[in-house]
Amino acid sequence: MAEAGRLLVVDDNKVNRLLLIRALELQGHRAVGAENGRVALEMLEREPFDLVLLDIAMPEMDGFQVLERLLANSRLRDLPVIVTSAVEGMEAVVRCIELGAEDYLHKPVNPVLLRARVSSSLEKKRLRDTQKELVRRFATPEVAQDLQQSGFALGGRHVRATVLFTDLRGFTALSAAQPPEETIELLNTWYTLMFDAISGQRGVVNQMIGDGLMAVFGAPLPLADPPLAAVRAALEMIEMIELLNVERGAAGKAPLAIGIGIATGGMIAGYTGTQSRATYTCVGDTVNLAARLEAHTKVAQRAILVDRPTLDALPPDVRVEVLGPVPLKGITPAVEAFAVECGQKL
Amino acid sequence: MASAAIEIDTFRALQETAGADFVAELVDTFVEEAPAMLAELRQARADGDPARFRRAAHSLKSNGSTFGAAALAALARELERKGLDADPARDAEAIAALEGAYAQAAAALKELRHG
Repeated sequence: MAEAGRLLVVDDNKVNRLLLIRALELQGHRAVGAENGRVALEMLEREPFDLVLLDIAMPEMDGFQVLERLLANSRLRDLPVIVTSAVEGMEAVVRCIELGAEDYLHKPVNPVLLRARVSSSLEKKRLRDTQKELVRRFATPEVAQDLQQSGFALGGRHVRATVLFTDLRGFTALSAAQPPEETIELLNTWYTLMFDAISGQRGVVNQMIGDGLMAVFGAPLPLADPPLAAVRAALEMIEMIELLNVERGAAGKAPLAIGIGIATGGMIAGYTGTQSRATYTCVGDTVNLAARLEAHTKVAQRAILVDRPTLDALPPDVRVEVLGPVPLKGITPAVEAFAVECGQKL
Repeated sequence: MASAAIEIDTFRALQETAGADFVAELVDTFVEEAPAMLAELRQARADGDPARFRRAAHSLKSNGSTFGAAALAALARELERKGLDADPARDAEAIAALEGAYAQAAAALKELRHG
């Protein structure tokens, strides 16, 4: 049997609701009820659930409307829903599946079928949660293994996301002047700080390149506002470096500096690699632009550079310096670049 | 014999899977809720509201099948399928028949809930 889950039973009919809750409790789950779609959505916003059992015909907000609202909500989009209804005919079933429902159980619900469907949905949700967590943590061999075991395959697809590149300035010179173990320790400190800032904004680090890294916001995990999340992460990264520099200064060490480039747009995303080592990768012009903007921070003498689509998505009160069109290697025509002022709160 | 209104196998199976004590409570809930559903059906007919009419019939059908109240479920199902009739008198007749079936089912369920 699958592990116990926390389930929400949505049904306007009290007999149906009580009976379903009872059946789920007898199967070892915890279940609570909601008497219509509106109440259900309020509960889903408030508390975490593993699975929803949803009736179709309900006053105030019916099951179809609930499915539509869940689909439009980036946080609830992946929450599995099993539709339980006495509505007859294939049309309703098809519409539910099209709206993202995972399964359909006809009422009165057969307890054996209920057990099987609920177990399977919870199992799938756990797998998805685990995958998301792995992708988030950039545990590449595990991701690969998980992909292999579960048959979960994320092929290439077009996504819209925000890409962030950063690296440590003058790192080569710095590492020549200090013992090797100090270099590695410094890199680890730096990575820890950068990962923290990025994952704090729900970004995913998907490449580590020596003294630099690449992070993606808005893919593979959907985010409400990827450009804002990326810029917030960037501001936090700068702040962390400044704090680290205070410490380094006290220990008589040279300060560190980083550059950050951010671009927003379409790209192709997918898992690449081999069976034993795979990573979530994004490729395309947006990715190149973010890398070039990061490189340009040295020339521009600014810490954070963003492109026009990123800027346009930021709140209007964000303080930026307009750098105008800047020539970037391999990118024609010259693109508008904007320097985000450090030290501001967004 | 009142329990002719209830398919005994369906009811016993429900008791077996959900527990007799729980089913006794569930019967009480049904008997508390059903009059409101029937009233809703009549009101929807009076207001000429097809969505509410179908929904009320749907709810009664669903509960009827749960308890094995075959006649109740079949009459409710017919109202749900057909929707509002062009002739209100025909609906009134059908609703009266449904109320009759409900009364029999409720009486039978009250008897069965103890056993």
